[in-house]
Amino acid sequence: MTTIRLSVPQTADRGEIIELRAMIQHEMESGFRFGSRGEMIPQDIITKFECFYNGTLFFSSDFHPGVAANPILKFYARANESGSFEFVWTDQDGQSWSDSAQIEVS
Amino acid sequence: MRLLAACFLFVGAACSPETTQLEPDFTIEASQRVSGSNFLTPETVAQQNDDFENPGYLWVERGADLFEQGEPSCAGCHENGLEGVATHYPAFDTGTQTLINLEGRINLCRTRHQGLTSLPYESDELLSLTAFVAEQSRGLPISVEVTPQTQSAFESGANYFMTRRGQLNLACTQCHDDNWGKQLRGDTISQGHGNGFPAYRFEWEDFGSLHRRLHDCDTGVRAAPMELGSQTYIDLEFYLAVRASGLELESPGIRR
Amino acid sequence: MIPRVAAATEDEMNEAIRGMFGDRVITEGRVNVDLPPIAENGFSVPIDISVDSPMTEDDYVKQIVVLSPRNPLPVLAQYHLTPMSGRADVSARIRLGGTQSIRVIAEMNDGTLWSGAKQTLVTLAACVID
Ligand code: HEC
Ligand code: HEC
Repeated sequence: MTTIRLSVPQTADRGEIIELRAMIQHEMESGFRFGSRGEMIPQDIITKFECFYNGTLFFSSDFHPGVAANPILKFYARANESGSFEFVWTDQDGQSWSDSAQIEVS
Repeated sequence: MRLLAACFLFVGAACSPETTQLEPDFTIEASQRVSGSNFLTPETVAQQNDDFENPGYLWVERGADLFEQGEPSCAGCHENGLEGVATHYPAFDTGTQTLINLEGRINLCRTRHQGLTSLPYESDELLSLTAFVAEQSRGLPISVEVTPQTQSAFESGANYFMTRRGQLNLACTQCHDDNWGKQLRGDTISQGHGNGFPAYRFEWEDFGSLHRRLHDCDTGVRAAPMELGSQTYIDLEFYLAVRASGLELESPGIRR
Repeated sequence: MIPRVAAATEDEMNEAIRGMFGDRVITEGRVNVDLPPIAENGFSVPIDISVDSPMTEDDYVKQIVVLSPRNPLPVLAQYHLTPMSGRADVSARIRLGGTQSIRVIAEMNDGTLWSGAKQTLVTLAACVID
């Protein structure tokens, strides 16, 4: 079970610059920590985040072990048309999670 | 031995026998009682208060989903929500004649009313449901009382709090009553209240129960910790709740 | 014995920068990095980066790279922007293995490179035991 939280305004004026926030539940195991018996805990991280606006990729990020657990991002978009924002996270093994939110632009 | 002496100072309230309440005496007076969040940076307090930036809401949100599940669902029986409920926990359950905490209550509802099994302590599901219920009391003052039924649990909790343990031979009271506000290995010691839990701790990089925090304090003095969900920790949780009476619940809190 | 993980050094960070951008000139400026002066601990430090750019089709920030001279790995995160971003401003939370100056490099669509940095004091470090 992976919980995702999004914050996208429901409405915007055409051309307005809007704030988008996204958070996903993930431990981002860095690969640099040690377990109770001194063994190194293997790396398990999300490596890629992508955000699509009506299907067009306009913002992405590469995550490395230096990104904190349960990664949160805040970034911006120019609201040009009504439609949807899709947020996609992909981990080092290719597993991915996504969620989307609608916006009304007038 | 001053430590132990401080622990059983009760002032029997001068009221009628059927409403007997015991008013325990604490080292930290009510007027000096402050939440652990008083010892956090303003940035962290702001993060705790922002219900998007606060990662604890990942668990609250999952709890809200789980609350709709089961046959009947939790929501089916608790359609008016559970506002204020967490302020009264731990509480005495008449059915089992034991003191239970919120996690225990949720598990009792599963076994008693939903025909389901108990969720393991510290499982993501139990933490999520607990966070969802606790969040409905955010900002409300803790309000638990010692009654004749819960007096022995209170005493056992008080005893745990006052007893030196571990290789460092330290009691909870020595850090949280006698030395709060002081620095310890880059950390500031708070008064040791549980009002922020379940909470997101940066050091865990995860969300966890009060019992997990108690476990960390026990291992911090190199003592053998109790099991999470054990009656010993529930009694201690009860003592802490009485000791924190009036403090506002902050769950999902954020802590170092 | 406490196991140790070697932390990156200033040199390794500079090597990572050369690996990404070769010997291209990096000019100080246009990149504003915001970090708390004192971090509660190194596990989750808020960072806010804003780059001075109109974010139009002809003039925009293509990439932002967050670098550390002290974490086990020098590159913490990269962000790829487009004119559709509207504003070159990103906030996130990073892990810091100790007190250090975080360096941020922005690559513009015309290929120029700009940078900014911010020092933060970390009382309890993440990722490394030191
Ligand atoms: C050696 C000193 C020390 C001892 C002994 C100790 N603690 Fe702590 N405790 C700390 C420190 C340091 C923290 C983290 C900072 C703080 O106080 O919130 C902490 C945190 C806590 C917290 C969380 C407070 C919050 O707001 O997040 C609780 C609750 C707590 N301790 C209870 C206990 C109990 C119960 C015991 C005895 C079983 C105990 N502690 C023993 C030092 C100690
Ligand atoms: C069939 C009805 C039913 C269902 C389903 C149910 N409960 Fe309850 N719940 C009760 C009753 C009745 C009580 C009062 C205590 C008792 O008799 O068990 C109660 C008490 C509680 C309390 C304590 C209220 C207080 O004032 O102390 C909480 C918290 C709670 N339930 C949460 C839950 C959660 C979470 C779920 C789902 C996992 C759930 N309940 C499912 C009937 C239900």
